Amino acid sequence: MKYFYYSGCSLEGTAAEYDTSTRAVLRELGAELMEIEDWSCCGASAAESASYLLSMVLPARNIALASRTGIEADFVVPCSACYLNLRRVGDHVHRDEALAQRINEVLSEEGLTYQKGLKTRHLLDVLANDFSCEDLDERSRRKLSGFKVAPYYGCQCLRPYRDFDDPQQPASMDPLIEALGAQVHPWSAGARCCGAGLMTTKKNVALRLVGDILSAARGADCIVTVCPMCQMNLESFQSKISRERGEKLDISILYLPQLLGLAFGIRDRELNLHMNLALTEPFLHKLRTITGC
Amino acid sequence: MSTNEPNTNASPPGTRGADAMQTLAGRLSACMQCGTCTGSCANSESMDITPRHLWRLVQLGLKDCIFDSATFWICSSCYYCTLRCPRGLPLTDAMGELKRIAVAEGLFRDRTSPLFYRTFLDTVRRYGRVREMEVMARYFLALRSPAVSAGFTPLGIKLLMKGKIKPRIPGMSGRGKLGPIYDKVREMEARS
Ligand code: SF4
Ligand code: SF4
Repeated sequence: MKYFYYSGCSLEGTAAEYDTSTRAVLRELGAELMEIEDWSCCGASAAESASYLLSMVLPARNIALASRTGIEADFVVPCSACYLNLRRVGDHVHRDEALAQRINEVLSEEGLTYQKGLKTRHLLDVLANDFSCEDLDERSRRKLSGFKVAPYYGCQCLRPYRDFDDPQQPASMDPLIEALGAQVHPWSAGARCCGAGLMTTKKNVALRLVGDILSAARGADCIVTVCPMCQMNLESFQSKISRERGEKLDISILYLPQLLGLAFGIRDRELNLHMNLALTEPFLHKLRTITGC
Repeated sequence: MSTNEPNTNASPPGTRGADAMQTLAGRLSACMQCGTCTGSCANSESMDITPRHLWRLVQLGLKDCIFDSATFWICSSCYYCTLRCPRGLPLTDAMGELKRIAVAEGLFRDRTSPLFYRTFLDTVRRYGRVREMEVMARYFLALRSPAVSAGFTPLGIKLLMKGKIKPRIPGMSGRGKLGPIYDKVREMEARS
């Protein structure tokens, strides 16, 4: 299976471990990733506050670069915000024919043309639907038995587009976690908001949201995420939140492909677990008993 | 299409100038004030007026009250209200539209969010891509608020130790990699 891989800016920077583990896991599963040459930022949450047209043009530019190759393949996008931005272009163009013309008038500055057609998919969608549990089982060198994993989905891979899961009670990660021999932590916080960009602009509002999520995860060995913004918000302020709430809320936070990679036996050179900001001693201890190192 | 967003007959989003508020009011005219949006919003307690109240003000065109409020800046785009609104209204997009109008017309009291977004977009124009921590550094410099920056210092140090950020801020002059695209957007929006 071939995909256009849109890593997005975070995965080149603070979320490098998400990039390397995603590439390694997809390679193990037999997927081929095609780079989008000269790709640019999708506009994140900033573009819409400046200009509607710009918020459409920035993601459309990347789709235009991919379609220029003439290859027909789905986009796979690991960042939920990038996924939503790329995904909504096709939707908005579908509702408003004149929009495509406006986008293309801008893109002609670079000799590019946006065309409908290429499908934008979130990494979780691809992992959950393009491979079977047998595929995962076959690749697994060790079982993660004894691990209780809290699947955290966040918002923008689920809403507003219900491409692959229930937008309020998501479950697409459950079979993946179980295929690795781990247990799913039963909770209802998986689809709650982590505060996203508010962590920068309205920190206290975001800290409250994160605190509630960490609290709901008590009893699990780790939380797995599928978005660099969620990961960063959940892992970065645990001691501050614990202090403020007078509760011990530290918990390991991993990207989903890192968890898959642990079962697949992928080396740390690619998993880069040492880059994670929140890995607790009990978690690492449990891991050592399984990996034997 | 699998969203709740309706096919409104009103003008598309992104309309400029005095029409923008009217266009938005048109898109939200079907709001029946049921309060589902407020009940679905994890941030409503942190807002000075609730989402339901805000949509009423938009319907009534009470611009002063709307932009006196910080409610739309507290929206974290979780899309719960959009998902659950029984009238299928594009509420998260409407929050975005209010941010856009506030920035375009200078209608904000607290400059943190507009400043952050502008810093971010300038970096994208210049390089095509961003390094989040570089954006943060520029933002703190522009904000000139030691208190806010200090809140992020421990994180910055942690990220440095993990080799995730490089302490280097390149210059921002010149037209930039995406300059032609930005200029064209501006030109087209001035026309319409
Ligand atoms: S949920 Fe929809 S109809 Fe109900 S108050 Fe909110 S915007 Fe209006
Ligand atoms: S999208 Fe914004 S306003 Fe709507 S529920 Fe989420 S945070 Fe609240």
